Amino acid sequence: MERPAWAPSGIDISVPSVSRIYDYYLGGSHNFEVDREAARKAMDFMPGLPKVMQANRAVMRRAVRFAVDQGITQFLDIGSGIPTFGNVHEVAQNATPDARVLYVDHDPVAVAHSKAVLAGNDHTGVVAADLRKPHDILHSPEAAVLLDLDRPVALLLVAVLHFLEDADEPGRAVAELRDALAPGSLLILTHASYEGIPLPRDVAAGTVSVYRDIRNPLVMRSRDEVARFFDGFELVEPGLVPMADWRPETPVDQEDPYAFSGFAGVGRKA
Amino acid sequence: MPVRPSGPGPEPEEPEDLDLVLEDRLRRFATIWSRAIFPVTATSLTRPEFELHLLPWARELSDALHGRPFDTAPAGRVGAALVAAHCTDPDALSRTLGVVESYLVLYCGRPAQDTAEELRARSARLQHALAAGFARALRQRTLTEQEAIARSALAARSLAEEALHATEARFRAVFDGAAVGIGIADLDGTILEVNDTLTRMFGGLETHIRGRRTTDWVHPEDGPQVWRMYGELVRGERDHYRVEKPYYRGDGTVLWTNLTVSLLRDADGRPQYQLALMEDTTERRLLNLRLRYEATHDALTGLPNRTLFFERLDKVLAAGGGTRFALCYLDLDGFKAINDSLGHSAGDRLLVEVADRLQSCAARSGEMVARLGGDEFVALTTGPASDEDEAGELARRILHVLSTPISLDGRELAVRGSIGVVEGPAGGERSAAEVLRSADITMYRAKSAGGNRFERADAEADARAITRHGLTTALPAALDRGEFFIEYQPLVHLGDGTVHGAEALVRWCHPQHGVLGPDRFIPLAEHTGLIVPLGRWVLQEAVRQARFWNRSHSDGGPLRINVNLSPTQLHHPGLVADTVDVLERSGLDPGALCLEVTESALIGADEDLLKPLRQLAEMGVDIALDDFGTGYSNLANLRRLPVSVLKLDRSFTQGMQTHPVDPVDLKIVEGIVSLAHSLQLAVTVEGVETGAQAEQLRELGCDTAQGWYYARPGAPDRIHSLVLADAI
Repeated sequence: MERPAWAPSGIDISVPSVSRIYDYYLGGSHNFEVDREAARKAMDFMPGLPKVMQANRAVMRRAVRFAVDQGITQFLDIGSGIPTFGNVHEVAQNATPDARVLYVDHDPVAVAHSKAVLAGNDHTGVVAADLRKPHDILHSPEAAVLLDLDRPVALLLVAVLHFLEDADEPGRAVAELRDALAPGSLLILTHASYEGIPLPRDVAAGTVSVYRDIRNPLVMRSRDEVARFFDGFELVEPGLVPMADWRPETPVDQEDPYAFSGFAGVGRKA
Repeated sequence: MPVRPSGPGPEPEEPEDLDLVLEDRLRRFATIWSRAIFPVTATSLTRPEFELHLLPWARELSDALHGRPFDTAPAGRVGAALVAAHCTDPDALSRTLGVVESYLVLYCGRPAQDTAEELRARSARLQHALAAGFARALRQRTLTEQEAIARSALAARSLAEEALHATEARFRAVFDGAAVGIGIADLDGTILEVNDTLTRMFGGLETHIRGRRTTDWVHPEDGPQVWRMYGELVRGERDHYRVEKPYYRGDGTVLWTNLTVSLLRDADGRPQYQLALMEDTTERRLLNLRLRYEATHDALTGLPNRTLFFERLDKVLAAGGGTRFALCYLDLDGFKAINDSLGHSAGDRLLVEVADRLQSCAARSGEMVARLGGDEFVALTTGPASDEDEAGELARRILHVLSTPISLDGRELAVRGSIGVVEGPAGGERSAAEVLRSADITMYRAKSAGGNRFERADAEADARAITRHGLTTALPAALDRGEFFIEYQPLVHLGDGTVHGAEALVRWCHPQHGVLGPDRFIPLAEHTGLIVPLGRWVLQEAVRQARFWNRSHSDGGPLRINVNLSPTQLHHPGLVADTVDVLERSGLDPGALCLEVTESALIGADEDLLKPLRQLAEMGVDIALDDFGTGYSNLANLRRLPVSVLKLDRSFTQGMQTHPVDPVDLKIVEGIVSLAHSLQLAVTVEGVETGAQAEQLRELGCDTAQGWYYARPGAPDRIHSLVLADAI
């Protein structure tokens, strides 16, 4: 008979997961053949995908350091995926030992793995929740323990909003999170886009079709569309730019061309 | 592999600067190494950071190159370190080996210690060891990560299963503990699972239920839509329905339920099961039936009440199709007297007996007897149109069953009733209320005609009576709203023509019908008992007016005021007290008041009835015998009545308008006057219209007169002006 609405869905590892695919791009082995198969298909269209992910990690790292420099010690990383290396808490706690990080993902395997990795680290926590339901995140017991919403928080939406279709109302979700944050909070955001990819659009679209096939549609958004997520935030310098161009620490001309795919930006809530 | 073919070659070195030189060369080796593999790493370190990260490992390789004894283990550690630094791409290994091959000896070799050949051989062995270390670490890391992710997947799955289990446990608890019956059946109707509540509802034996088919549970009282909706549901055309449905229990008793059936579909939306939720409403239904019975039946007699009767009548009237109906509206004659004299309990028993008798004469199907309230009953009969006088027959039967006296507390009470009969075709245009009103009016006609009979409704009589009916029901409100007023007609001394007093005549200013005379409404007020408060009001008003006149007209003797008393007022126990009260309040001398009583009201009056009049007379109030000469009264009786005035009926004065005057009339009037005077009664004549009449009546010895010749009834100020005119 039909399962009641409150029952969780089962775990089906025969279905590719974007978190594990991401891990594979980064050379990890936290993945299964279905994930690798999907990743290889995507890389057939965009061989530089690992570089995009690496740029993502790099810009996140720079942005977290920026946040710490701004005096922020609380981090809310939604869509954190499978922690491998260079995670938010590593970067942040390296800069300031009392940094607190709450990771959020809706992939139960990613959450279970995060819990295993973070075991023993009192300043971190993991919540199984969905970006589409900010209320669940903000009112989770873990958030109550780790985050003081009366003080500024760095909200990380790194490589996650492009998995929300317009029907999911990503703008509404971001706004709801924004409204819960104290003034001075930062939004650290990266988003996939056809803009900046060193490939013809129809080739890059092949990658999009791979994600569509695994029922995790990847929504490429224009710069203007991405900029709208910063409603209520003031973009800090240099604004919403290709990932590699966001406050680079080394000469940009040495970067891989793929590192300029998509956009990164950091906004400050007034 | 872009390894640059030329390097910075060994430079001339100063021994004291050797360490610095070596360090500088080591850094340059690390730079080359970093530049070679950075593009294939997944690290999030920047290039300078990554280069710095490689430096210790470059030193390790350099030291190993010159180790004594020579040991390749450090190279193995460097291979593992690459994996740890996320240089897991195979290209990272091959590029590293290329860099070592080309630059390790070049930048880190110390030709002073070892021969070039020796260094090259060592470099080769270090590369082998590095590759092995890399492979070992990568294998280890891969296995560890695979194991970790598998463990995480397992953990997530068991967490999900736990949650699912908890969910199912909760669901099971709901299923088992629910106060409603829950059953699950497949689409063929085979029952797969039921909860205990449902089993108990069906009588407690699960075997009676499980394995049976829902379609076995047809019940004759199933609504027509039940099985249609069932069919739609199992075909997937409907997702749920809710009905009230009865079932037979195992023991044959009936279970009534509120049944909700939902269709359960599989993940692809195909119908799979049906889920039934049942609430046992048997008791509630019984209670409702009882409440319904109580709401539709008269508690005293057990007969259907007004509500149920109207439902039935509505149905009958709506039916049509050639049927006819007949309705007998029965009101017991004189029931109020029985109630008043024997008490309510006796009255109630009488009603129960009447109800039983009525039921016995309208017991066929299609017939119904109901009690509408008080002593009002209706009998309704319906049937196909026929020549027989069903209605008259029914009315006669009712009168017949009532004709046998009813035994109550050892008394034999004769019960009579008045019946209004209405009959007609069903499907007519009349509403139930209209039919009943017509029956009611007709019943009153039977009652007016003396009771103990039935009358048939006819439209003309209805119309008359409807006004009568309407006036009757409007009376109480009219008194409250002050729609009554009084006109005064002067009473004149025949001797000198002066105004002697006035008779108060009540009028009703009806909002629709205009000004109505007392003949239109006094009998109605008399019938309903409203005459008592109305009469009291008239008395008050008239006395107050008389008092006013007498104050402003002190000379020439007091003006008298005549007020009529109806038979009911006469019987009313408060008559004396009310009158005294009115007189005292106004301050009018009792001698100025004359109460007029009709002759017919006093025919056969016993001492009890006369007593109040006598008391009033003793106080000085005059009592006039009104309409004298019409009641065939025993003239000998006059002397024992407390009467001081005779008012001759207007029929005598009418007789005097002819020319020549009928001598017999004259003789009679003369005789009456003579008789009255011999009994010391004054004589007043009414209806005087001409001077000749007045003169004649004066000659005959009449004392006072009233009539149009003097004045029509009018507003009180007209009397005032007449009196003033007299005074001049």
